[in-house]
Amino acid sequence: MGIEIKSMAYEDFNDNEALEELQKSGSGVFMSSLESLMNWGRSNSVWPLTFATSCCGIEMMATGGSRHDFARFGIEVYRASPRQADVIVVAGTIVRKMAPVLKRLYDQMADPKYVIAMGACAVSGGPFYYNSYSVIRGVDQVIPVDVYIPGCPPRPEALLYGVMQLQRKIKARSSTKEVMPEPIQKQKETVEPVMPISESAPSTQATPPQTPAP
Amino acid sequence: MTREELISLVATLVPDMKPGANKQYPEVIVTAAQLHELAIALKKTPETTLDYLFCETAVDRKDGFHMIYYVSSSVLHHSLMIRVVIPDKLNPVIPTVSDVWRAAEFYEREIFDLFGIKFENHPNLKRIFLDDDWVGYPLRKDYKDTFTIER
Amino acid sequence: MEDTVVDIDLKEKEEYIINMGPQHPSTHGVLRFETCLQGETVKYLIPHCGYIHRGIEKMSESLTYPQLIHLTDRMDYLSAHINNEAVSLCVEKAMGVEVSDRVKYIRTILAELTRIASHQLWWSAFGMDLGALTTFFYGLRDREKILDIFEESTGARLLQSFITPGGLMYDVHPNFQKRVTEFVKYFRKKLPEYDQLLTDNIIFRERTQGIGYMSLEDAIEFGVTGPSGRGSGFHCDIRKIEPYSAYPLVKFDEITFDVGDTYHRYLVRMKEMWQSLSIIEQLIDGIPQGPIMLELKAIKAPKGEYYQRVETARGELGVFIVSDGAPSPARIHYRTPNFSNLFIINKISAGHKIADLVAISGSLDLVIPDIDR
Repeated sequence: MGIEIKSMAYEDFNDNEALEELQKSGSGVFMSSLESLMNWGRSNSVWPLTFATSCCGIEMMATGGSRHDFARFGIEVYRASPRQADVIVVAGTIVRKMAPVLKRLYDQMADPKYVIAMGACAVSGGPFYYNSYSVIRGVDQVIPVDVYIPGCPPRPEALLYGVMQLQRKIKARSSTKEVMPEPIQKQKETVEPVMPISESAPSTQATPPQTPAP
Repeated sequence: MTREELISLVATLVPDMKPGANKQYPEVIVTAAQLHELAIALKKTPETTLDYLFCETAVDRKDGFHMIYYVSSSVLHHSLMIRVVIPDKLNPVIPTVSDVWRAAEFYEREIFDLFGIKFENHPNLKRIFLDDDWVGYPLRKDYKDTFTIER
Repeated sequence: MEDTVVDIDLKEKEEYIINMGPQHPSTHGVLRFETCLQGETVKYLIPHCGYIHRGIEKMSESLTYPQLIHLTDRMDYLSAHINNEAVSLCVEKAMGVEVSDRVKYIRTILAELTRIASHQLWWSAFGMDLGALTTFFYGLRDREKILDIFEESTGARLLQSFITPGGLMYDVHPNFQKRVTEFVKYFRKKLPEYDQLLTDNIIFRERTQGIGYMSLEDAIEFGVTGPSGRGSGFHCDIRKIEPYSAYPLVKFDEITFDVGDTYHRYLVRMKEMWQSLSIIEQLIDGIPQGPIMLELKAIKAPKGEYYQRVETARGELGVFIVSDGAPSPARIHYRTPNFSNLFIINKISAGHKIADLVAISGSLDLVIPDIDR
């Protein structure tokens, strides 16, 4: 009935309809077997970049340990250089000083590249949403995100579930019709939009405090 | 040395100091001009040898900025709290103690970054946590910016 | 100070600047070293921090005391229980209340388990940085047993927020004593394996002995505490100087060496794990019964200033609270151990090769969010 991940039953994934729609919307053109082969190869061998800013990085390391081993899922090695990595797992809070660095790393990765936002801080700012003057509220204000994993910190099993969702998303990709499921950029309704962070523009928005007249 | 001995020793070094009200550690209140001399004397006197500065911080109160120094001795294990009040909030200035206690070099950079207090004769007074072109000093009580979401 | 580096200034032939970080596998977080190298030798370096500065001190001014416990977990996340204990003790001291003996025993046992878990992760990462990948798997395998104990009693593996002002959030699981006793027996058999893997290994010794010498005067001047300072002979263990919780009731040794190189900073941590096991053994069989939480009407510190020092796995943590009598603090400041431990790295790594820089920063055991808060 569609995309299969060997170790989990079809019913246990929570958003089956969305992905099946996406796959069907190639208007009836079924994927050639060469493409399925390429997608199978790509999804079972995603190599992440070593990128961990804070506490979620420790849970990511624990997922690589021997109890919840994620080498079974194809994440065999961590690559230190972004040119050789497929996915960037943003584990930890991103602050205004770090955002240009993250953008530069994302730009240096080669296509096809994916982003997993791990932990509440990367999804939406997390416990630092209110009253913090330097935390970016959600990493999708800087780079487009494919999979969100909530939790503070998420358990290793949650990270494995997120990786499996990414594998399903990769398998639904069809390069002939360019129907790659688009990463979602969050709409900002009530929050004032942050200036797009680039290396040339200064990243400060603070207004100087009103100094009383001497 | 006990609490009373420490306070009376500081009184001999700085005659017009005031004792503070802190119950945990013996507290002395001095002015900014007397601070540097007092620091050198406390480190060199063999009865005290206060050579380990374990905390230096600033507090934004209504009557000015209070600079708090906690020093301790690595051999005699007694501690002292020194307070200096800077009444001028527009241009706060205080002499540095980083030539006496090296750890102060970095505590003072953090205080300059977050409060805007300038330290005279500091070897490297630059911002440490925030971007170099950040406008304003966040930990002051009157800091406002458009980025923070208040609750 | 003559050796304060303000900016890197290339003078001699063959000098160039290399940036290590902020994204780097072996800086253990987002820290940037701007190093001036001549060939492969480090002449001097400037550490740049602030890439994870979240403004915790400013945020805490608008939260109540039980709420800001949750933010203290996220500073030095490998000693989460000890951070919570520091703020709880400070607030309790301010209010003038004392918790029951049961709470003191459980707080100390949790703190020592946290210390062992933190040293296990440090050992795994240190070996991995030097190229010995096996240590990563051994250390994390044994650490999972401690995280199981935490999860059964407190509900979370890593950031628990279990120790709050007034006591504990809820009582520990009835199996707590049995599991901790089993763990102590298990780990006593495994810890000699760690020594066989790394401590007695000739390659490891060549890479760490004589590297990164820190003198006692420098340790005191810069305020380097914890195992990094004790490797140079600085007697700075707060559990001995200003004891708190159940530490007055137990007997243990403060491990110090006089040598001050990377190998001895490593040895301090290995021996501290044995001491922590002995502290847990002295306490686990005699946990008294008693109330878990004090009956407090409101958690408000009276007007004044309060300071509390505790010993985390990395050094001395100080919590400074200025209170105006409100449920939120007027100012809270954390004197974190990693902030003071970081800045000595210029002095101790000048003249070494860049591969030794990795060993030195691993032996200082830095956790970066603790530097920046």
